[in-house]
Amino acid sequence: MNEGLRSAHGGSIDRSQVLHFRFDGRPYTGVAGDTLASALLANGVHLMGRSFKYHRPRGVLAAGAEEPNALVTVRRDAARETPNLRATQVELYEGLDAVSQNRWPSLAFDVGALNDLLAPFIPAGFYYKTFMWPKRAWHALYEPRIRAAAGLGRSPTQPDPDRYATRHAHCDVLVVGAGPAGLAAAQAAALAGARVILCDEQAQLGGSLLSAPASPAARELPGTLAALAANPRVTLLPRTTAFGYFPHNSVGLSERLTEHLANPAPDAPRERQWQVRAREVVLATGAIERPLVFPGNDRPGVMLAGAARTFLNRYGVLAGTRAVLVTACDEAYQAAYDLQEAHVYIACIADVRAENTASAAARAAGIPVMTQATVLGTGGRLRVNSVELARCADGLVSERTQQPCDLVLISGGYTPSVHLHSQSRGKLTWSEPLQAFVPGAAIERVRSAGACRGVFAPEAARADGTAQGAAAAAEALDPQRSGVDPAHGAPRTAAAPARAPDGALAGALPQGGKTRRRAFVDWQNDVTSKDLALALREGFRSIEHVKRYTTTGMATDQGKTSNLNALGIVSRALERPIPEVGLTTFRMPYTPVTFGAFAGVARGDLFDPIRRTPTHGWAESRGAVFEDVGLWKRARYFPRAGEDMHAAVARECLAVRAACGLFDASTLGKIEVVGRDAATFMNRLYVNAWSNLAVGRCRYGILLRDDGFVYDDGVVARIGESRFHVTTTTGGAPRVLAMMEDFLQTEWPDLSVWLTSTTEQWAVIAVQGPKARELLAPLVDVDITAAAFPHMSVALGHILGVPMRLFRVSFTGELGFEINVPADYGAAVWEAVWQAGQPFGMTPYGTESMHVLRAEKGYIIVGQDTDGTVTPDDAGLSWAIGKSKPDFVGKRSLKRPAMNAPERRQLVGLLTQDPKVVLEEGSQVMAQPNAPVPTRPLGHVTSSYFSAVLGRSIALALVSGGRARSGQTLYVPGASGEAPVQVSPTVFYDPTGARINA
Amino acid sequence: MRSLIGERQWPALSATAYVHVLPPAQRFVLRGDAAARAAAESALGVPVPQQACRAGTDGARAALWLGPDEWLLVAPAADQEAQGALEHALGGLAHSLVEVSHRQLGLLVSGPEAERLLNAGCPLDLDIGPFPVGMCTRTMLSKAEVVLWRTGTQEFRLEVWRSFAPYVTAYLAEAARGI
Repeated sequence: MNEGLRSAHGGSIDRSQVLHFRFDGRPYTGVAGDTLASALLANGVHLMGRSFKYHRPRGVLAAGAEEPNALVTVRRDAARETPNLRATQVELYEGLDAVSQNRWPSLAFDVGALNDLLAPFIPAGFYYKTFMWPKRAWHALYEPRIRAAAGLGRSPTQPDPDRYATRHAHCDVLVVGAGPAGLAAAQAAALAGARVILCDEQAQLGGSLLSAPASPAARELPGTLAALAANPRVTLLPRTTAFGYFPHNSVGLSERLTEHLANPAPDAPRERQWQVRAREVVLATGAIERPLVFPGNDRPGVMLAGAARTFLNRYGVLAGTRAVLVTACDEAYQAAYDLQEAHVYIACIADVRAENTASAAARAAGIPVMTQATVLGTGGRLRVNSVELARCADGLVSERTQQPCDLVLISGGYTPSVHLHSQSRGKLTWSEPLQAFVPGAAIERVRSAGACRGVFAPEAARADGTAQGAAAAAEALDPQRSGVDPAHGAPRTAAAPARAPDGALAGALPQGGKTRRRAFVDWQNDVTSKDLALALREGFRSIEHVKRYTTTGMATDQGKTSNLNALGIVSRALERPIPEVGLTTFRMPYTPVTFGAFAGVARGDLFDPIRRTPTHGWAESRGAVFEDVGLWKRARYFPRAGEDMHAAVARECLAVRAACGLFDASTLGKIEVVGRDAATFMNRLYVNAWSNLAVGRCRYGILLRDDGFVYDDGVVARIGESRFHVTTTTGGAPRVLAMMEDFLQTEWPDLSVWLTSTTEQWAVIAVQGPKARELLAPLVDVDITAAAFPHMSVALGHILGVPMRLFRVSFTGELGFEINVPADYGAAVWEAVWQAGQPFGMTPYGTESMHVLRAEKGYIIVGQDTDGTVTPDDAGLSWAIGKSKPDFVGKRSLKRPAMNAPERRQLVGLLTQDPKVVLEEGSQVMAQPNAPVPTRPLGHVTSSYFSAVLGRSIALALVSGGRARSGQTLYVPGASGEAPVQVSPTVFYDPTGARINA
Repeated sequence: MRSLIGERQWPALSATAYVHVLPPAQRFVLRGDAAARAAAESALGVPVPQQACRAGTDGARAALWLGPDEWLLVAPAADQEAQGALEHALGGLAHSLVEVSHRQLGLLVSGPEAERLLNAGCPLDLDIGPFPVGMCTRTMLSKAEVVLWRTGTQEFRLEVWRSFAPYVTAYLAEAARGI
């Protein structure tokens, strides 16, 4: 073990278990229980990163999630390369391979550090002013260069091979944070019998107790955790970050399952995302120590006092050998005492406040103390080697001293972590003594406990946790209580005890005049106090604007260490109190969450359900090419060897026209409308007249929205006096059912009628073509002769003994039948029909041929030939409207003058002068050739195909005043030139309908 | 002739959660008022619940409350009498009875971890307290709508529309790795 800076004993690490790891390719050792940061510090490595913009060398500042500097990439293999991890949160494992970021060629020698010399020329917002000319160069040159020079780690380029799990959970009380307050809250809630979830972002539960092992609460920690773990109603979640607070007490947790393992099982999920719905939430998220802002405060070796204490007490690591403490609060003195006891030489304590009891006590203990102190600068390059201290009273600097050291501990007090409270829409109130915002009135059913609301002392925090946990459990378990409705501003947490604080500072240390040296406010985004001053000089006043101009608080750490110092500086410069300057919004996630955790299982084949029909396997075995229609897979065409789509479609279409085709129409939506008032309901909903539809007959139905535009269409069959079998478009099935249900429940609750979706009950086998009757007749027990079973008939019967609903309907213009059989029988009946069709030249056809066949007949497809602005008359379907009906959905809208204007776009046919030219669907239709741009088009092409049976192209188009233009020549510009077209009727094939009625 | 689903074997997903495809069954959606409910109850001989989200069953036949005027009635495929009895009893009453035997299929999710497995994709609280044996409801399992019915402390029946069944079973198999 060559870790020179490891204490002999103490901490929650296992010194006997040595772990080997690499950082930037160099081998090091650490021990079990280390983080990457603590192990590097134990090896004397402070330099862990380069800053975002100036590429300044940076060391570790903090010991937890707030770390702004030590961002590393951890590599497992080519696909598992995770950038921007905080070294303070990366648990060490055997073989860990980490690299630093944003430097070239190496961390110690980084060419990008040239930026640091150019700093005077690249202040905040420099890119807004500097790279203005030439305009084009921004995208081509400037932006790519700036992005390459400034940055974080690289994202992996390979697909993520890991699995991610999801879980929904409910509990009475969710406690976020397992420090003294959180543990006490969980204990109290569990004692009351509540179902409790306790989560903490760290590997070990205990929070600040882990950094203060001598405290009574810390000594009780193992027993406390054992008792909680033994309670079956308590779920303990270490390594789990509550990253977002969503409405109605829904909290998102990200649990890291395998990141800390050297050899995770290949199948095991990497992370689990929890969506917890909690009746009550107790936030015990602690507080984050605030850095001090002074020149050179970003040099490696400058560290938060509490972080040094954590590294010592929890990881047994000495962050330096000769330390100077600069503090604005009492709490930080403890770090000096702890380090001194571990034989770190405390050269001096510089207290920015006036003489106080803490300073007196330190002096009495033999440590030199300077009060009313400030820091004018630091020395050293890759590690601090001195700090320049001075006294600053009334703006006058005196008693400058240079203090050699290799560690500068800083503390500006503690900032309560109010992120989740704020995300829950809770109010924040300014605490003048704490110089921080604390939780105010809550909206959701949430309360805060402990340091996150300013109750810092461990024993007080513990008592607060107990009180809040008990109160939360009492409310959650109140028998009168139901649900998780927001509390709507009722005070959920009593005001924090007004105990005199230890001291705190929000702002920068006084310099007694101007200084050229930079004092960093936001370490991660390289924002200095000068940048903030510049933003104010340039006229920005709102903290939101200052934030965006300088990017302070906008890095991946979202300003955990910087926001309040920035606010303090702005407030002082504007001479307005901090609450007036305001606070930027807290947004989720608290710390970055992987995309994989959000995707969960929903990737690849499980991204969405893939719906297949009962005959899917048959089509697949015939080499069908499928297309996605909503969630359905539909056979698009059945190519034979050597055929492309056009050849296959032409063959399929001709086969249907000449003999017969077999088509899977199972995906059509089906709704069974049943009840005494079924016909009345249909009359009110659809445009058609239904009362006069006889049992055993079908009708083409059109459904409008309130605004009179076509919403859906389909064949409706009357199965019985009070039973209709309604079909909808494939994509329209759910929304039509929802619309029907909506009208039934809100407008016509008096009607005795009910709706049931039967889409999946039936497999629908369409047999279309002149031979259809001949081949089908022997298979069914229904008389399907032309006289007995004319076009638009329906009958109940059997096919090969299987119960069926047989429709004589056609979407091809040919004699046709649609056989509805219960879905389990679909594949077998299909195969039987296929066999029966062989002597007749039966051909399977897909949706593409179906589109061509229907277009030849001028049948519309809702959503292709209509677009939500098409009335029945526009589509040439006014014949379907039941003229004598008193009302139907959309009827009143159809009476508006604009709905009957002659210049409305109407559906017409278009025939190109050159029969081989197939127009592009979506092309504009123009009145004049070579119309100048811009010219208002007459309309656009909605459907366009090559019709094999006609030997030419056909198209449908919506054209202004189209029907009156019949015979006119119009022009359709396209990629390969402008095509003259003649306006024609929409029915291209068999206009008399002789074939369909055969 | 359960061609779609029968082709695949569904092994135990993990040591502690299992998914099985249930044999074919007869299913009807009954919609109607209190009189229709009472008539169906006497015809089937099982409770047709008035209480929301509860199932009545005698082990073979079952009636699941899905809405104030909606029940899913289930009977074994071989039950020759159920349909006739229902149609006879409901004859003169305002109601809607629609057969949906083939619209959906039943899956049985069981085992000590069944609850957690379902909670991978189901947002409901499936703890035995708020979701006791005999409770049923329409809900979502990830992106598929299902009817979820707790038939035992460690046993749930899912009714899934047939085209969603491959998704649901594959989803559960994947989710089982993350229990």
